[in-house]
Amino acid sequence: MKIINFFKSFLLLDFLKAFYLAQKYFFRKKATINYPFEKGKLSPRFRGEHALRRYPSGEERCIGCKLCEAVCPAQAITIETQPRDDGTRRTLRYDIDMVKCIYCGLCEESCPVDAIVQGPNFEFTTETRKELYYTKEKLLENGDRWETVIAENLEADAKYR
Amino acid sequence: MINLAQTYFIEVMTIILYCLLIFVPLLLGVVMALYADRKIWAAVQKRRGPNVVGPYGLFQVPADGLKFIFKEIILPDGSDKTVFLIAPIITLALSIAAWAVVPVQAGVVLANINVGILYIFAISSLGVYGILMAGWSSNSKYPFFGALRSAAQMVSYEVSIGFVIITVLLCVGSLNLTEIVMAQKTMWFFIPLFPMFIVFFISALAETNRPPFDLPEAESELVAGYQTEYSGMPFVLFMFGEYINILLMCAMTTILFLGGWLPPIDIYPINAVPGFVWFLLKVTFVFYLFAMVKAFVPRYRYDQLMRLGWKVFLPLSLFAVVATSSILFFFNLAPGM
Repeated sequence: MKIINFFKSFLLLDFLKAFYLAQKYFFRKKATINYPFEKGKLSPRFRGEHALRRYPSGEERCIGCKLCEAVCPAQAITIETQPRDDGTRRTLRYDIDMVKCIYCGLCEESCPVDAIVQGPNFEFTTETRKELYYTKEKLLENGDRWETVIAENLEADAKYR
Repeated sequence: MINLAQTYFIEVMTIILYCLLIFVPLLLGVVMALYADRKIWAAVQKRRGPNVVGPYGLFQVPADGLKFIFKEIILPDGSDKTVFLIAPIITLALSIAAWAVVPVQAGVVLANINVGILYIFAISSLGVYGILMAGWSSNSKYPFFGALRSAAQMVSYEVSIGFVIITVLLCVGSLNLTEIVMAQKTMWFFIPLFPMFIVFFISALAETNRPPFDLPEAESELVAGYQTEYSGMPFVLFMFGEYINILLMCAMTTILFLGGWLPPIDIYPINAVPGFVWFLLKVTFVFYLFAMVKAFVPRYRYDQLMRLGWKVFLPLSLFAVVATSSILFFFNLAPGM
């Protein structure tokens, strides 16, 4: 046995085998994609950047129930509410500290009116920390920008909820 | 007096021109080698490798070089600054100097000296000084360990490389690199001396600190070995020196075993191709092997490395020297006898 092993190592059989394997993989299809130019497929459940949605009439969905604030495990959400002139309760502030957020999706799950959602966008890096403290305006703007995709995703995932 | 100056001036200018003729293609070769290295490594791992800067990512290496040029050269506090800065220069200068005697085609060589192979051997042995100086002058423990390892490794493998070269020289009867190539006109030496070809190839990997023998730079143990404290231009010089050495070893393998610039078959359409094309193709092929080995062989442990050098390669190459010379002697094949 020892002698066989000796000859095996002496003839570099393992290396020839490894070389053959490496050569085989050399011509395989690449597993990676050209990231900034082509992107991988995202699940409808993907939990990316937050957005506050509106009704088709333009009225904001959020009713200021603070369920998301309560459920947020990272305590990243801060909400202040006040009744509006027409008697409905709306948020004065709706801030998400994106640095604290752990992207668990509990806010989206707890929301009774599908107002706060996590969209498909994951490319929102900034150069300063300050830009990552999202305000209500920023979140609503996100909602307006991503509404089509978000609505599609919610639709696709609705039957599993 | 003026006449003398004129002749000297012309002579010096021609020498400088010849040097540029070696240096510029060499730098280009290094750039391509770095690129090829990364691409091959990536392909084996089913990655794409550099593909953004320029067509097919070809400008990635020049871009990296540019980045290094604009980076700060950090001189560590406790370092010996002169030696620290001289070390990369020595490494690069020596690795380029060795190329002076490498023939790329019949008669196309800067210095066709009679002891070409000895010259290359001597210069590549000196290369260890650059690394030792870098490790010592950094005044930091990782570079120091890296340099010690590197010195021990290069010295051990040079011994077996020396014996391998002797077996080749026994078959040639000359130390001149051009004559070594011409002696392979009938048969390339890697056929009769196949085991020595393998020993030389593996020793060349160890000699140039390539994986799987890149222990001086084993990042899991020594950060980056003797280069740890280097940044900016000195680091680039080390990098270039290293890759020029690798190309030199590829060229040496080509000249000693793969028939240099000789075409594979001496028939009309094939031997009409200029010699340096064959030389380039062969060097590329050997470099491809170098890069593939990097991609699929895991790093050796240091004691395994030393065991391989002293307990396997040294006896093997010594035996080969004795065996080759006996065969040549008994069958009266030895050239020059």
